[in-house]
Amino acid sequence: MDHPILEFEKGRPVKFTFENQELPGYEGEPIAAALLAAGIRVLRESPRRHRPRGFFCAIGNCSSCLMVVDGVPNVRVCVEPLRAGMRVERQRGHGDIR
Amino acid sequence: MKSVEVAVVGAGPAGLSAALAAAGQGASVALIERDERLGGQLVKQTHKFFGSERQEAGVRGFVIARGLAEAVAAEPAIEVRLSSTALGYYTDKVVYLEEPDGLVKLRAERTIITTGAAERMLAFPGNDLPGVYGAGAVQTLMNVHAVRPGSRVLMVGAGNIGLIVSYQLLQARVEVAAVLEAAPHVGGYLVHAAKIRRAGVPILVSHSVKEALGEREVRGVVVQRLDSAWKPVPETEATIVCDVICLATGLTPLTELAWQVGCKMGYVPELGGHVPWHDEDMRTTIEDIYVAGDCSGVEEASAAMVGGRLAGLSAAASLGHDRRVAEMKEVAREELAALRAGPTGDKIRKGLARLRGAGGSG
Repeated sequence: MDHPILEFEKGRPVKFTFENQELPGYEGEPIAAALLAAGIRVLRESPRRHRPRGFFCAIGNCSSCLMVVDGVPNVRVCVEPLRAGMRVERQRGHGDIR
Repeated sequence: MKSVEVAVVGAGPAGLSAALAAAGQGASVALIERDERLGGQLVKQTHKFFGSERQEAGVRGFVIARGLAEAVAAEPAIEVRLSSTALGYYTDKVVYLEEPDGLVKLRAERTIITTGAAERMLAFPGNDLPGVYGAGAVQTLMNVHAVRPGSRVLMVGAGNIGLIVSYQLLQARVEVAAVLEAAPHVGGYLVHAAKIRRAGVPILVSHSVKEALGEREVRGVVVQRLDSAWKPVPETEATIVCDVICLATGLTPLTELAWQVGCKMGYVPELGGHVPWHDEDMRTTIEDIYVAGDCSGVEEASAAMVGGRLAGLSAAASLGHDRRVAEMKEVAREELAALRAGPTGDKIRKGLARLRGAGGSG
């Protein structure tokens, strides 16, 4: 992104999967940044009414963006750094702790 | 168990300044930050600061953050703990930390809470849809991570944050459909409002959100006019197509730790909600606990830096450190008074008077 003030230092380009679909991202950026850059905005479904939920606070505070990452539920993807090969899935409900 | 003289929880503008001030007095300091980097919300602020030269007026927020972080790194008395979340505080002066390698207990003679604030929600149907984002989050996404939040944004709130973020969206080449403001006039500085008006963005005062449109994601918004009593005026609804509704409707102090510690709290609307009672030295009703920055009352980053400095000086002084500390505290108090002078400081002055009026000795 060209910006009149800022220069961005991104990490190295990596691949990860969202719902088994391979996507590009940059190592170390929040997982949510990579998803939003790919146009994916629905990150989970609420437990009772199955309402779609997305990004909201970007500081790991509000729990709107909880997803299942590498099988682990309730990961706050707005602050969790992206790593190569991560498996990211929408969380439905509370998530199962294995 | 590890022990320090002063623990600072949160490394935003207040926490960085508090740590530097305490270390400058000769105290050993642990600076605790749950993020991976120092700077808090300064890192995404691309606008130039106001205030006087002493508070780095004319300098962009992220440049100020870099300067403070470099000063902290150069200070051997400060131990920085990143990716470290303060989970709680025990009465035997122990802060409990969650870190990547597990739980850590840290004994601190004094603790300064500088945990900042979070975006306030606005109630309307569809406010949980993906595409309804906090203004701070939009700023982080585009100014730190170089990702556009969407293609066409409706901004809710014409205070300084709403105006500044609208301008930053334009800089990132994102369309801003309009800025809504429920009050009958713009709340932020007119210099910010003028910039976005010149760019052709309408500012709709006395307007609010009726509902968000969209099944799975935001596709638009219905807005409506409000009368002088802030009640919706029938048949004034209008639909605006947008894919993001950005909320800049204020911040609320993040005070979980102060509540848990047992600090006396007061509800002060002018300061953003419940805040810990604190005296002019930034000390709470718990002797060893100090506060500064937005968690002690939502203000802005310049005041947070001075308040943090005051808290750091006070905490160090209470432990017997004294490198001309009385004089430095006086300077900080004068700077705070100057920042809060004039009509823009009315609300903060009123809030602090209300808080202090509530008393803290009880």
